[in-house]
Amino acid sequence: MCYLYVELQSVISIPPRLIHRGQASVYDTGCVMATPRADDWSWFPALALGVSFLKCILINAYHSTDFEVHRNWLAITHSLPVSKWYHENTSEWTLDYPPLFAWFEYSLSHVAQHFDKEMLVVQNLIYTSPATILFQRLSVIVTDIVFIYAVKECCRSVREEKGSKDLLGHPFFILAALLLWNFGLLIVDHIHFQYNGFLFGILLLSVARHLQGRHLEGALLFTVLLNLKHIYLYIAPAYGIFLLRSYCFTKDNTDGSVRWSSFSPVRLVALGSIVISVGALSFGPFIAMGQLPQVLSRLFPFKRGLCHAYWAPNVWALYNMVDKALSVIWCRPRGARGFLRCLVVCALGSFMFGWHVHEKAILMAILPFSILAVESREDAGIFLMLTTTGHYSLFPLLFTAAELPIKVLLMLLFTLYSFTSLKKLFRGSLLNPLETTYLLGLVAVEILCEVVYPLSPWQHTLPFVPLLVTSVYCSLGVSYSFIRLYVSLLRQHGTDKHKQL
Amino acid sequence: MENWSLVSICVLFGLTARWAVSLNSYSGAGKPPMFGDYEAQRHWQEVTYNLPVHEWYFNTTDNNLNYWGLDYPPLTAYHSLLCAHVAKLINPDWVELHASRGHESYGHKLFMRATVLVADLLIYIPAVVLYSFYLSEGSNKKKVCTVLCILLYPGLILIDYGHFQYNSISLGLALWGVVVLGLGWDVLGSLAFVLSLNYKQMELYHSLPFFCYLLGKCFKQGLAGRGLFLLVKIAVTVLVTFALCWLPFLSDPGQILQVVHRLFPVGRGLFEDKVANTWCSLNVLIKIKTILSTDTQLYFSLTTTLLAILPSSIKLLMKPTLWQFKLALVNSSLAFFLFSFQVHEKSILLPAFMLPLFLKDGLLVPYVVTSLAFLFFSIYLLSAFEHCSEDKLRLGPYRRLLICMPRMDLGRVTKWKFYFSITAMAGLSFMSVALAPPDQLPDLFPLLVSVFSYLHFLGLLLYFNIVQIAEPLQSVRKNQKKSN
Repeated sequence: MCYLYVELQSVISIPPRLIHRGQASVYDTGCVMATPRADDWSWFPALALGVSFLKCILINAYHSTDFEVHRNWLAITHSLPVSKWYHENTSEWTLDYPPLFAWFEYSLSHVAQHFDKEMLVVQNLIYTSPATILFQRLSVIVTDIVFIYAVKECCRSVREEKGSKDLLGHPFFILAALLLWNFGLLIVDHIHFQYNGFLFGILLLSVARHLQGRHLEGALLFTVLLNLKHIYLYIAPAYGIFLLRSYCFTKDNTDGSVRWSSFSPVRLVALGSIVISVGALSFGPFIAMGQLPQVLSRLFPFKRGLCHAYWAPNVWALYNMVDKALSVIWCRPRGARGFLRCLVVCALGSFMFGWHVHEKAILMAILPFSILAVESREDAGIFLMLTTTGHYSLFPLLFTAAELPIKVLLMLLFTLYSFTSLKKLFRGSLLNPLETTYLLGLVAVEILCEVVYPLSPWQHTLPFVPLLVTSVYCSLGVSYSFIRLYVSLLRQHGTDKHKQL
Repeated sequence: MENWSLVSICVLFGLTARWAVSLNSYSGAGKPPMFGDYEAQRHWQEVTYNLPVHEWYFNTTDNNLNYWGLDYPPLTAYHSLLCAHVAKLINPDWVELHASRGHESYGHKLFMRATVLVADLLIYIPAVVLYSFYLSEGSNKKKVCTVLCILLYPGLILIDYGHFQYNSISLGLALWGVVVLGLGWDVLGSLAFVLSLNYKQMELYHSLPFFCYLLGKCFKQGLAGRGLFLLVKIAVTVLVTFALCWLPFLSDPGQILQVVHRLFPVGRGLFEDKVANTWCSLNVLIKIKTILSTDTQLYFSLTTTLLAILPSSIKLLMKPTLWQFKLALVNSSLAFFLFSFQVHEKSILLPAFMLPLFLKDGLLVPYVVTSLAFLFFSIYLLSAFEHCSEDKLRLGPYRRLLICMPRMDLGRVTKWKFYFSITAMAGLSFMSVALAPPDQLPDLFPLLVSVFSYLHFLGLLLYFNIVQIAEPLQSVRKNQKKSN
């Protein structure tokens, strides 16, 4: 009986009275979200727990073949000796992540055996007992703790304007909400099934460490990340150049250009040893067994006939990134924030031009960009465009009818929150009418693709049309955001040059 | 952030939680021949669509009342008919007479779940938002928190979206009644409540407070003048609404009698299953069901129910304010639940005690998650523990009753009692799931849960009654905030 609960609250009604909270006296209105103390972070666990509860009730939602992929890897790492990990191919989903991730799955498998031993049998293809589903889902939810911690660290590094503000209007609160409740991450990790929360947690933690000036830790974290999933190679140039330029050269000239005399070999050696030791830990056993070529072939699959087509755009994309990173970070570094901007551009560039890019890769640009979005008005505008189109492009990942309301509701939730909170933070509209029209057009595309088209006669003859329409429409938004971001990067570089003259 | 955006976010979150729970199993899934409540609702769509109105409540060759015969008032039947029309458009197999019995499919489950969501969105959720904003106290932030906490209430989510029912319609209509009465529109309020009553007869639990509140208001306005006019308006509204709802059945007294017979199955005995009310708990000590005859049981429960509800009703009659009305609603429904005849466990919609039900339906994970979320958010957002002092909990009357123990801080006692209860509930839940009961006592855990819950409900009944009755008839104090 709902009344029972509601009345309990009405009974516990509080007449306004003066109480002391921290340094200031405020009227207690009976709600914990009144003006908080400066260091009162009690809202953070509430946000984190809230999203975790949401993740828990999505346990029985649809999951993709990625679920079987990870179950297979649990089985391989648990049941077979290390020498066979990268040779095993009973299942079509062979191990194609770097060794550190294999060790991660190995440690997970020790917990898995207490849930259901059968999932660890390699031959049990597409094994989905309730215990298996529960374990796998819980493993994603629990490893997300890395992400939660990383978000906390990022929030602490956010620049804040002074002046008493209502909690909901603080940049760090908005950032926490945008990251913890990120639609893309929820959909991809907790429905589609992946471990991106854990991986992005390490990435964001590394960024946070750089923002806090703890560069060695940041470098260590990034190396670990690279050894967990090699797709982050795309942003490695940004890291490499930044660390070389801003960490190994301890001082700059007054105009910002590099002072060659301030090169510190000690720091370079420190960085190098971190990279090498992590790499040794990860690849060491396989190099010792002479399996390095096999491992590399799994990580970077050459297919006959696809050799040139597969690699050329990748190499070109990487070259592109290095070139960009060099020009920006090397010549006029603007500290960790400039590095972050470059990282986002690299990530987005790799999404735009890389080969065999999965739509999930858009998250690599969106998540770090959130930090910049709560600090600058222009970035907030680009962020809204990128995020809305990027998230919408993930819709085709969940094609089942039962998950349609969930993805629509969560998308509305996140979009509504991001728009209203950023608008309030920067006091005014962030998008021009054309951009707003484009985004509203997404609603029309959605109705067309999910409601109108399936009922039309072309559904059977041309079933790919909705996917095509979604991709093409979203690509406009993403490309536009990329161009604006790139321009902002160059403009900053240009402003520095101008100042120098 | 503005109110409308915060409220929209809460509503979206509530809807997401609801739909996520609905992805799980439903009552009677894959359990022929009878299945469960889900099949009952589907069957009602089949019956109302294919058979003429005068056959809906009768046992005929086409309508076997033993297989989920209609036992809710006509508005449920009309709602089922509406859903059936939609179902027919999508897939006629779903409501095919006889052939669709036990029909279970992915598409059908989506359709049924969607009907619950639509009803919730149209009726219950707007009522909750309006209630929080117009009838509850505090800052705007607090009102938004109230909306969120009410929307996260696990009992309703799990029953409607898990087990499968349409409680949100009847509860929503009743809540509309409360909101509208609170705004001062008595006639519309009574209309809403009559509609709610005609959807589920369970709303009788709330009928006495509505009656006493409105009657009290009429008395206050003076029976010689405006009061009488109001009374007549309300009476006419109620009668006309009833007539409209029962229109197809009015032509034949036999029809009316049969419907009433289906709504109030007096032949079925004092209780079934394990219910957390007085009779079931008493049955542990004295086997009432066997000692008394069915008729005696009926009169006995009727008398005790009326006795339990009398103090609260009289107080409301004498002082018809909104605050008294709310208290009376709580007291009335608790009293009815605890003492009346043939009460089903779902009538209470409180989490701890629903555990055995949800275990049967395979809804353990959603149950645990939603209950924990609800507890956490209520405590965190509404700062319940910070306001646990004697003054705020209105424990004044208790202090007067317990003069022998002057040194106790009742506020702290309440707080510790709450911790104890939660721990005990967690323990009971864990035992129910993890342990097997001893052979001599196969129903041990459901029974323990019921008795434990019963004691809590009895305690709550006493508490709310004392709070309601102890309030002075005239609110004279100028310093105290007027709580209306």
